[in-house]
Amino acid sequence: MVAAIVCFSLAATDSAGRFNDLGHQMMCTCGCSQVLLECNHVGCPVSGGMRQELSDAIAGGMNDSLVLQSFVQKYGAVVLAAPTTQGFDLVAWIMPFAVAAVALVGTILLVRNWAKHTQVPATAGKSVSPAQAKADEEMRLRIRRETELE
Amino acid sequence: MAAFGSFALLIGLALAAYNLFAGGIALRMLAVGGTYRVVPDRLAETARRAGIAGFAAVTAAAFALVWSVFHNDFSIEYIVEHSNRALPAAYKFAALWSGQEGSLILWAWLLAGYGFVLRLTHKSDVKLHAYAGTILAGVQVFFLLLLNFATHPFAGVRGGIVPEDGNGLNPLLQYPEMVIHPPMLYLGYVGFTVPFAFALGALMMRYPGEKWIHITRRWTMMTWMFLTIGIFLGMHWAYAVLGWGGYWGWDPVENASLMPWLTGTAFLHSVMMQEKRGMMKQWNVWLIFATFMLSILGTLLTRAGLVSSVHAFAESSIGGWFVSFLVIVMSVCLFTFILQKDHLKSEHRVESLVSRESSFLFNNLVLLAACFTILWGTLFPVLSEYVEGTKTTLSGAYYSHIAVPIGIFLLLLTGVGPLLAWRASSFKSLRRNFILPGIAFAVTAIVCLVAGLKPWKDEGVFYSLMTFSLAAAVATAIGSEFLRGTGVIHRQTGKNPLASVVLLVRRSTRRYGGYIVHFGLVIIFIGFAGYAFNRSTEQAMAAGDTMHIGPYTLVNLGNTQESNANYDSEFSQLDVYENGKKVLDQPMSPEKRVYAVNGQPQTMVANHSTMRWDLYLVYEGRSSVNGLPIIKAFLNPLVMWIWVGLAVVVVGTLVALTPSLSPARSAATVAVAKHGPMAGQPAPAGVSMSTAGGGD
Repeated sequence: MVAAIVCFSLAATDSAGRFNDLGHQMMCTCGCSQVLLECNHVGCPVSGGMRQELSDAIAGGMNDSLVLQSFVQKYGAVVLAAPTTQGFDLVAWIMPFAVAAVALVGTILLVRNWAKHTQVPATAGKSVSPAQAKADEEMRLRIRRETELE
Repeated sequence: MAAFGSFALLIGLALAAYNLFAGGIALRMLAVGGTYRVVPDRLAETARRAGIAGFAAVTAAAFALVWSVFHNDFSIEYIVEHSNRALPAAYKFAALWSGQEGSLILWAWLLAGYGFVLRLTHKSDVKLHAYAGTILAGVQVFFLLLLNFATHPFAGVRGGIVPEDGNGLNPLLQYPEMVIHPPMLYLGYVGFTVPFAFALGALMMRYPGEKWIHITRRWTMMTWMFLTIGIFLGMHWAYAVLGWGGYWGWDPVENASLMPWLTGTAFLHSVMMQEKRGMMKQWNVWLIFATFMLSILGTLLTRAGLVSSVHAFAESSIGGWFVSFLVIVMSVCLFTFILQKDHLKSEHRVESLVSRESSFLFNNLVLLAACFTILWGTLFPVLSEYVEGTKTTLSGAYYSHIAVPIGIFLLLLTGVGPLLAWRASSFKSLRRNFILPGIAFAVTAIVCLVAGLKPWKDEGVFYSLMTFSLAAAVATAIGSEFLRGTGVIHRQTGKNPLASVVLLVRRSTRRYGGYIVHFGLVIIFIGFAGYAFNRSTEQAMAAGDTMHIGPYTLVNLGNTQESNANYDSEFSQLDVYENGKKVLDQPMSPEKRVYAVNGQPQTMVANHSTMRWDLYLVYEGRSSVNGLPIIKAFLNPLVMWIWVGLAVVVVGTLVALTPSLSPARSAATVAVAKHGPMAGQPAPAGVSMSTAGGGD
């Protein structure tokens, strides 16, 4: 229902979308460590000029990649709000996923290994009627429900 | 008063050192056995009392600093740097934690306070408390060494000439939440020292069983709650004061608070497996060790100038102290772990991938992956500077690609975990428990798509759609658990639905408190999902000008300048209309202040907040072209849900902290029920008969 409220309440597109997107991919270089379009401190000597440059670049027909490149050439790599996908910067992107993937696979293998080596219940191997199996399962479920405190 | 404060700090250090060494010797004597000239128990008791007296000493030092601030004692450098005569009284109090030295006193005082309570409640387990108290004293010695020898809060003014007035408090800190946000955060940071001390102490003494977890459970939950409140108050402060329209900027200071929260949350979940099934003992010990060390690392990051931050208010050169302390803590933890590893053997193992245990495991995995991502992102600029010579910037754009998917996966586990049974879940139970949440997920996703969301066009919209759908699924899962339990209680006792819910929760406060916390998180995630739909516009506005954003029309009534002793201000007054109808009786007044004492500016945001969205106005300054005030308007959907969600999380935590109905009373209720109309019917999850209330 919340989603519905949001969907019906909001228009999907923004007329200055490219300016907004690119402005959020760059940092203000005055030293405030804020995203370019979010730098709002009074009398910032840099952000106004950078915003104007961004507007001019978009109006001049440059594509997004060229706009970013021109800013990097002028202000250095520090102007980018996120690392590039080249060279050592690529490590910044890969590492969290790599660690998460290794941990995930490791955990799955570990749990499967544990599950394999768990002791077989004493009743295993005995023939049990379907009705008895069903009753056992229901009892097991009930015991679990009634004994779990969390 | 400066001399009194300095003396109190020295006494505090001496008492903490005595507590550490006398306590350590006594515990060693008790562990080795034999006869000594000094009775070990008596020595341990003197150490405990020294710890209690230490609280008085540190309290005296903190009082001396507060007294000096209120009496404008500008012979103290700290007071000159962080206060001035015109500073309002509440902010004078906040000056205690607005700088390096003061915040370290606050840290030491809170630690002493926690230690005071711990030492007073030692009778529940004298030996374990003696270990924990001694470890706590070790941490206290570090902070008091810092305060006495590295960053003295009572140091005299530089140059020896006492100024007429001070430099005043950082304007960004002159906001009501700043009076409570740092203490809450510190209560959280410092509080994790207690479960850490118990865990390390229990390991050192090879404590039998899991009672130490039982003893520390409330400490851990209280600490977690304080840290949660602290983090969210910080978010609200950033939202209301920094004026950039957002509440979380992935700043290193923010990240520093989130990391111990993530590992602490993992610990809270994982420790349940140890409590109930004797599993994951080594893992849990390292989780709480890591949580404590991340608290210290966070302090190091924000104070040592290691990473640049928008609001690192207390940078200094004490990084070496913190690094040394971290190395010592790590060494002690590692040494103790290696020595006592055999004591931490699991009694059971996970038996199935589809079980409550494995859901806890994956929950831990996701939380730690999030923690690693944030740590990696925080430290990567330092690493890239070392490797490449240039500092790479990692802002929200980076984290939204990495951390947001992790967060959504965590939301999924929030819903899935409680639906799985311990040990193993049968296919039948899976189908029964997941069918309703699955339907809720699908229906919400379809509604979102029909309503016009285009997840294939924008990553943010895709994440929002996933969040809304998962939120619906998790809320349905939680709701159905409550409904099922309430229904049975209602049938058993004949109580009305509200009374049945209350009884259900009281019978198992931990379980249902946990559900309420999860529901709070769902609400918070819905609030986060609104971020993808934020929009803004700005305009230079003369009196009578109008600006449009969303359904609102803003009419500028006029621009005004005012002055008082503390600051000069400029503000605009804007009436807000929606479909031609005035929305607010009073105009909104975004303001910019410039503080007299140091010329620093501050934004005072005007915010009209509803459950639907926030209309958030910022007075950006004057246009360089025509001198008119520039007003920036944001329309931020669903932000209010974040603060409401926090309130629900706090309520849930408080419920979980409340003892369940005692077994005797519970049994009495059941006895009545046994003669009722539903006698003999199976109880649903959480409505256990004889075991209800035994959760604490």
